[in-house]
Amino acid sequence: MEVIAGIVAAATPLVYATIGETISEKAGVINLSLDGSILLSAMTGFAAAFVTDSVIIGYLAAMAVSAVIALIVAVTSIELRLNQIAVGFVLFLFARQLALFLGNSYVGVNGPKVPSWDIPLLSEIPFVGTVFFQHNISVYGSFVVIFFAYWFIYRTRPGLVLQGVGERPEAAFARGVPVNRLRYLYTVVGGAMVGMAGAAVSLDQIAGWREGLTTNVGWIALAFVIFGGWHPYRVALACYLYRALLFVAGEFQVQFPDLVQVLTQLPFLLMILMITVINTEWFRRLGDRYPRWRNFLASAAPSGSGQVFVRE
Amino acid sequence: MALELRSIHKHFGAVRANDGVTLEVQEGELHGVLGENGAGKSTLMKVISGFIEADSGEVHLHGERLALQSPDDAIKAGIGMLHQDPLVFLPLTVLDNFLLGSPGSFRLNRRAGEQALREAADRYGFSFDPGALAQTLTVGERQQLEIARLLWLGARVLILDEPTTGISAAQREKLFEILNRLAEDGMIVLFVSHKLEEIEQLCHRATVMQRGKVVGHVDAPFSSDQLVEMMFGDVVVSEGRPDAALGSTVLELDAVTVSERLTTVEELSLHVAAGEVLGLAGLEGSGQRTFLQACAGLLKPKAGTIRLGDVDLTGRRYRNFLDAGVHYLPAGRLEEGLVAGMSIAEHFELTSGNASFFVDWNGAEAAATRDIEHHFIKGTKESVAESLSGGNQQRLLLAMMPDDVRLLLMEHPTRGLDIESADWVWTQLLARRESGTAIVFASADLDELLRYSDRIAVFFSGNVLRIVDAGTTTPDELGFLIGGKESVP
Ligand SMILES: Nc1ncnc2c1ncn2[C@@H]1O[C@H](COP(=O)(O)OP(=O)(O)OP(=O)(O)O)[C@@H](O)[C@H]1O
Ligand SMILES: [Mg+2]
Repeated sequence: MEVIAGIVAAATPLVYATIGETISEKAGVINLSLDGSILLSAMTGFAAAFVTDSVIIGYLAAMAVSAVIALIVAVTSIELRLNQIAVGFVLFLFARQLALFLGNSYVGVNGPKVPSWDIPLLSEIPFVGTVFFQHNISVYGSFVVIFFAYWFIYRTRPGLVLQGVGERPEAAFARGVPVNRLRYLYTVVGGAMVGMAGAAVSLDQIAGWREGLTTNVGWIALAFVIFGGWHPYRVALACYLYRALLFVAGEFQVQFPDLVQVLTQLPFLLMILMITVINTEWFRRLGDRYPRWRNFLASAAPSGSGQVFVRE
Repeated sequence: MALELRSIHKHFGAVRANDGVTLEVQEGELHGVLGENGAGKSTLMKVISGFIEADSGEVHLHGERLALQSPDDAIKAGIGMLHQDPLVFLPLTVLDNFLLGSPGSFRLNRRAGEQALREAADRYGFSFDPGALAQTLTVGERQQLEIARLLWLGARVLILDEPTTGISAAQREKLFEILNRLAEDGMIVLFVSHKLEEIEQLCHRATVMQRGKVVGHVDAPFSSDQLVEMMFGDVVVSEGRPDAALGSTVLELDAVTVSERLTTVEELSLHVAAGEVLGLAGLEGSGQRTFLQACAGLLKPKAGTIRLGDVDLTGRRYRNFLDAGVHYLPAGRLEEGLVAGMSIAEHFELTSGNASFFVDWNGAEAAATRDIEHHFIKGTKESVAESLSGGNQQRLLLAMMPDDVRLLLMEHPTRGLDIESADWVWTQLLARRESGTAIVFASADLDELLRYSDRIAVFFSGNVLRIVDAGTTTPDELGFLIGGKESVP
């Protein structure tokens, strides 16, 4: 039980990052700077919390930094029509270097940390209580984000419009939707959520700042958005599955210390295998057979993703 | 009270797509808009629906000037447009397509939406499965969905941009019936088409455009000759197929079974001679495309043999088919035939078969300039493929075709082309036939099939129902065969 609870908690930053990216890609903007954004927001969040001694201000600062980076991606893509991939990559490099440079004086410093808080009553439920309700606000927040994102995208009117904007912007525009304004909005909202991933590392999971703190979470998140078919539940499932696999690999490591290098790569291998399965015709057909599950099973990339929408 | 356009101007770069268009349409009027490819019809319709902003000019509806800055403004004013390619979201369900963009509560009430969809569908005699994905609908059904949605949103002005390309005859009948009803209810309908007979059958009044300008307005009953003259000046529409001597057998299929997704063509045996034109008739998806792709080497048959001349090509690769002189022009010009983003000059270089590693751009550009002139393509060598109008894309495809083609396979060679362009295309094709090329083409246009084919193979649900002689059959007989009936009652 504690093991599962640990896996759930460990996946938190990944969940914030993947859901944030899902939202922005649903609107049609690919934010490739993710890994740099997370690192810079982890550093900023920690520094802000350290200086003000307030975890909340740390989170807000992290979100703001990452939102600004997302805004740059949006502006360069929408106004200047630059390639999102190129801009995203440059921003990744820039944000990473900036984080290392500005964060120098905070390396190894002890700072504030999100306090743990058992949810009354819920935490006393056997099993479920331990696994899900004996964490802290950061972890609970990641649950909320998953459910809310799902509910918003598939159950609300603005969510339906969001799907349309990423899928076929000119068709959404023909229906009176302000396509580019919404792209700004969702890219920035998604970016802010990505910033929470950074804060979740530096103010909770590791609680501190050093180089390479976030261990490629951003790149992994980008892959898991694809694996998760841009569907919040499936994306979240991918995050938890990955952490679980990582844990299992860790256990094996203890027994086969010679295989350390192989074992740490194992989760990725399994993930690639699963992506292959998910993309088979057979798996896609499942969606036709069970329409209720179609969104979950056969969800695909928003067609307008990465495309600039220019009104004629 | 009416829709009034005053002096609409819109230019794209140096092209004056709309150059001072003035137009008035009364309530209850079915108004046709005619003009050759690139005349500016779509541009004008997009201006009225707010999809593009005019450089200058005014749109008045019921005496009030509209500020059309976005489609939202047009929708609020009661103007709805059905685009040339229905703008639906393919991976979303019918119901979600219906609801997307509609006003209402934050939370989606899909049950109420389903009710509204059903009511709208019933009113116009459509039927939809709300849970089906839009990508499973035919073009005609996507159109019906859009029409139902626009009317549900309260459109009083309905704009249809070439709505009859790609839909079945039955769907067209239904569409016309509905448009007539809407006009009777006092709506304004703008109907863009190349097809004179449709305008004649449907519209009360028509406007003819040419190079961004209005040539004139005509009231029903129309005279075809007058319309054609207004559209093109004087043109001579060719008489069709001159008899040519048939050569030896070029294509021979023996009991070929081939399937692709939903359609299976079973046990098909057929032969086509050099210099022969074989038309393929049938409803969309009856197997014509599957057949053509098998002949082009893009689909491998499950059984049977395909021979080209003396060579057995069964199961060989596309490359072998190309080498044997097979050339395939698919229906989706931009999706499958041309490369979006590449210029005309680059297209010519790509297909020139030039094997040297370095591209001789000077040579390529000179060749492109020559070919552009020779094929009357409206564009420059720098024009990218997607900026060309439909007719000019087809011209480019034909221009790119190598000289030594033995078997030419085509889908809808003149779909979306105006009469002049279509005529030009067929003049080119018939010239090839003179030199012994066998031509197999699929078309939904009975007139085209009858005029240019030697024989017509009618497909019905995956089988060739019958092969008829184009010289002796009638449009009626062909119509019945396409509908699956073996004989005229
Ligand atoms: N977005 C655009 N960018 C550049 N040029 C354009 C654009 N849209 C239209 N044009 C040009 O404006 C002219 C009018 O085009 P339009 O699409 O209105 O013609 P059309 O009458 O609808 O032709 P068709 O019958 O081929 O559909 C053409 O020369 C076309 O190339
Ligand atoms: Mg047009």
